[in-house]
Amino acid sequence: MGPVSWILLSPLIGAVVLLGIPSDRTAWIRRAAALFTGVPLLITGVLLATYNRAQGGYQWVDRVAWIPSMGIAYQVGLDGINLTLTLLHALCSFTGVLISYRIQSRVKEYYLFYLLLIGGVYGVFVSLDLFFFYLFYEMAVIPMFPLIGIWGSGDKEYATMKLTLYLTAGAVLALVGLLALYRVSGVQTFDLIFLERYLRQNPIPGGIQRMLFPFLLIGFGVIAPMWPFHSWSPIGHAAAPSAVSMLHAGVLMKLGSYAILRIAVQLLPEGAYTWLPWVAGICVMNIIYGGFVAMAQKDIKFLIGYSSSSHMGYVLLGIACLNPVALTGAVLLMFAHGLMTALAFAAVGHVYDQTHTRVMADWGGLARQIPLIATVFIIAALASSGLPGFANFAAELLVFFGSWETYRWSALAAILGIVITAFYMLRAVRTCFFGPLNPRWASLQDATLFERIPYVILVSALLVVGCWPRFLTELISASTGSVLKHLSPLQTVARLW
Amino acid sequence: MVTLPWLILFPPIAAAFSIALLTRRSRPASAALAIGALAVSLLSALALLFHSLGHPENPLMEISIPWIQLPGLSLEFGFLLDRLSILMSLVVTGVGLMIFIYSVGYMAHEPGLPRYFAFLSLFAFSMLGIVLANNFISLFIFWELVGASSYLLIGYWYDRPKAAEAGKKAFLVNRIADFGFLIGILMLWSFSGTGSETRTLNFLELARRLESLSAQGILLPATLAATGALLFCGVIGKSAQFPLHVWLPDAMEGPTPVSALIHAATMVAAGVYLLCRISFLLAPIPQVMEMIAGIGGFTAVFAASLALVENDIKRVLAYSTLSQLGYMVMALGLGGVTAGMFHLTTHAFFKAMLFMGAGCVIHSLETNDIRQMGGLYRTMPATTRIFGIGALALCGIFPFAGFWSKDEILALAFAHHRILWIVGTATAGMTAFYMGRLFCVVFLGEPRRNERHSHEAPALMIWPLIPLAILSVIGGFIGIPSFLHEAGGTHVEFNFLVAVISNGAAFGGLLLAYGIYVKGLAPARWLKALLGPLNVLLTRKFFVDEAYGWINRNVQQRTAVGLNLFERTVIIGLWANGIAKTTGAAGAILRRAQTGKVQTYALTLLIGLTLLIYLSGRWAP
Repeated sequence: MGPVSWILLSPLIGAVVLLGIPSDRTAWIRRAAALFTGVPLLITGVLLATYNRAQGGYQWVDRVAWIPSMGIAYQVGLDGINLTLTLLHALCSFTGVLISYRIQSRVKEYYLFYLLLIGGVYGVFVSLDLFFFYLFYEMAVIPMFPLIGIWGSGDKEYATMKLTLYLTAGAVLALVGLLALYRVSGVQTFDLIFLERYLRQNPIPGGIQRMLFPFLLIGFGVIAPMWPFHSWSPIGHAAAPSAVSMLHAGVLMKLGSYAILRIAVQLLPEGAYTWLPWVAGICVMNIIYGGFVAMAQKDIKFLIGYSSSSHMGYVLLGIACLNPVALTGAVLLMFAHGLMTALAFAAVGHVYDQTHTRVMADWGGLARQIPLIATVFIIAALASSGLPGFANFAAELLVFFGSWETYRWSALAAILGIVITAFYMLRAVRTCFFGPLNPRWASLQDATLFERIPYVILVSALLVVGCWPRFLTELISASTGSVLKHLSPLQTVARLW
Repeated sequence: MVTLPWLILFPPIAAAFSIALLTRRSRPASAALAIGALAVSLLSALALLFHSLGHPENPLMEISIPWIQLPGLSLEFGFLLDRLSILMSLVVTGVGLMIFIYSVGYMAHEPGLPRYFAFLSLFAFSMLGIVLANNFISLFIFWELVGASSYLLIGYWYDRPKAAEAGKKAFLVNRIADFGFLIGILMLWSFSGTGSETRTLNFLELARRLESLSAQGILLPATLAATGALLFCGVIGKSAQFPLHVWLPDAMEGPTPVSALIHAATMVAAGVYLLCRISFLLAPIPQVMEMIAGIGGFTAVFAASLALVENDIKRVLAYSTLSQLGYMVMALGLGGVTAGMFHLTTHAFFKAMLFMGAGCVIHSLETNDIRQMGGLYRTMPATTRIFGIGALALCGIFPFAGFWSKDEILALAFAHHRILWIVGTATAGMTAFYMGRLFCVVFLGEPRRNERHSHEAPALMIWPLIPLAILSVIGGFIGIPSFLHEAGGTHVEFNFLVAVISNGAAFGGLLLAYGIYVKGLAPARWLKALLGPLNVLLTRKFFVDEAYGWINRNVQQRTAVGLNLFERTVIIGLWANGIAKTTGAAGAILRRAQTGKVQTYALTLLIGLTLLIYLSGRWAP
């Protein structure tokens, strides 16, 4: 069993171990959770350093046949794209566990579900078999239901029902597409590596590709979240406890765009050429509409939620362009946006746990009382507004460059989007953290030395990648290049916009 | 030699990080780190200057390392060392160092001093990055960082609502301008390479290619003009030209040394510097050059008129900065790279000094309002002298530094564009009047407020001003234009007539101010009554802020609220919840079928079976 399987298994083993710890030993439960999410982070770090960039492709592939007659096998492996996303997930989940140290009620059950969620997301990222991909996808969605329903806040029952039902509906739609793909490929296998190679030689007829593509696009687009299927996400973020919001906005939303790229675009290239220009149009709605709606929010978690759905529009735009620059930008932005959102939710959660209000106007002047948390939030806000030095800028810049010649109008909208982002983000900073301190919060506690660890990790990652993006872009572009290699002989993307 | 640009750029950021991570709690250590780092930068810049004096080639050196490399896109981080960047890095580090030292005195009682110096160092780093950049992306990166560090510095006193608002405003106005700037960069990139040539954003490479691109007909004049205009958007933001000038006066809410550094000597000059950098690109497009010159000239006279009625000492200086930036932009629009850069340099000397002089006054009296000042020459003789030198230099009185640089611009305008020359000369008169007014009201006459005793500023705040005062006097004679001469651009000879007229206007302005505000010849009140409507227009700043406020409230905010309403009613209410409710309602109806009575089921079964038999009978082949 190779290192990738250990990444996937570690949180699941952790969940089993938690079952054996008495529920009143909360300190041990927390340490165990940190250990079993810390190990994958270390492994991912080693893999990142040792990935053979010259060779490219999937590496460390593990394969165990499961139901050979139906072509189902447990198969995992990493290339530049999912290695980057695995790194994102490893960072967010480890810091999320540390942020969750604040959780006081039903600690054991909380971490149990949290580790299952983490394991499910790892599964989606590393699986190279469509059956297991889908299995893990569902496994990631299900633990959200109790996590928000029990440990959430605000309108949490509505939020968790909506989120679970919406995502399940999307998943079912995607399942229809996947099963149809399984049938029409004619090779009776879920093996993604084999399918990629096989379909390159024997493509599915164009008409069928065009028919199947929307199932996968919309099915996975729901979680991406693609306009107008985004409304589960802001309220989901808002109701979830901080660490769940971190994973939710930071990582879970990237599952959708990752699946669109890995499965829909790669296996159905003809369908992609037909439908992606429409995606380039829709993502304008994500960016501009999402940005303006974010501007009107009064609750800071809703603001970050709408901001996330706005910024995922850049990712969709990057994918829609189907050129190496924009695609690399899209993957890098998934990484950057994930870290930035996790950072913002962590900081907001720190305040909310003490104030029990998320209405921005109720805060005010908090920088005086909790300078460290304020600094963290300002960093997140500036990173989100595309300040150079943070990974988000490099990623967005690549999307701008990549989309400029393919979809001029979408690119203009995307650039306008960062102006809009600056407007609402700086307004949030101004309202929440600047100005005179609201006397109600004169006893707020800043982050302790231990509580600073997750912030330090996330900010450092954003800065390192932001200042030296080649560190990841070379890794990503090796793989995006191979995604595009067999697409390029086909016609160039229709210029709808 | 190769390490020098690194030694100019990186010490300040190293200081910023060290302060943030290590010396956060120690005020003296933080100040020492920041000052020491900038001193290293200054010495490196001086070493570079001496090296360049021995080597006439221009540009001296280019260093480039890849930042992001992808198929079809290569972005670089690099340095371009030529006369322009060497002069500008000297201005930034030299004037900057004086301001850093002055800050120790000015901010002596400030608990957040380490944070202040960390931000200041971050700013110096960003500014030097702009100066040394060899391509548009590097420049844009530091351009944005300058915006962010200025946001942090203006909002340094973040718990004052006005300062927090002002920082936000500065950042957002610049962001709007950078929207155009970035699009301009993308446009430029998209036509910068043909065939197998990789596209580039490198300044020197672009300059080489531009001609052949235009000659081959690949680059249409209209495209180039659009690109030039978009790039100029960035300048409008950073150098606070009309109509995006609104952030600069508000930015005076920041600490006074910040105003001296950012809003007089460096950040606002970045736009002018950018124009010098890309003059190769703009020079072939007469329409854009005309527009640039026009906006510059208009800003010069527009801002000067606002300074006439302002009562806040820092805001007078801010409007004056706007006005002088207008001169520089006008010079660049007329093709005068040397003239613009010369004025930028001398202006950095005397305007930074004026701001710091004003800082001494504010430090002593703890007010910005000139109506509460007066007669300070008795208690603050050193400040009075320094401020006087700065004012004379700003007014362009012979033989102060400001005279030479302003005269070069006016001579250029006289030669190429008579209307702009008239505008410029009128502005010179207005400049002299408002500076005379400021000087007379603040330093001459009788003290207007006796309850507070003014006192001279501490030595730590006076000494850094002395080198600047010397440079403000002799700055015209140290050979800046000839040093720059190789940078190209239009150059004109000294014109005696222009010099006499502009000096006449300046003396006229000064005398008028002296007469009104010291001798009381024409009472200010009478003058205001005569100019009543104009006065309203001026004190309300031509209602530009009101117009933006209106757009903000009625366009931006209403769009946001409207779309939010759509989101709640249509996307959530009708679409998501609608589907959920329909499903629920369908369930409620269908539930009735589940009666639990065998009779009902049997009846349904019977009906269904009958129907099936009937239908199969009809459709059977």
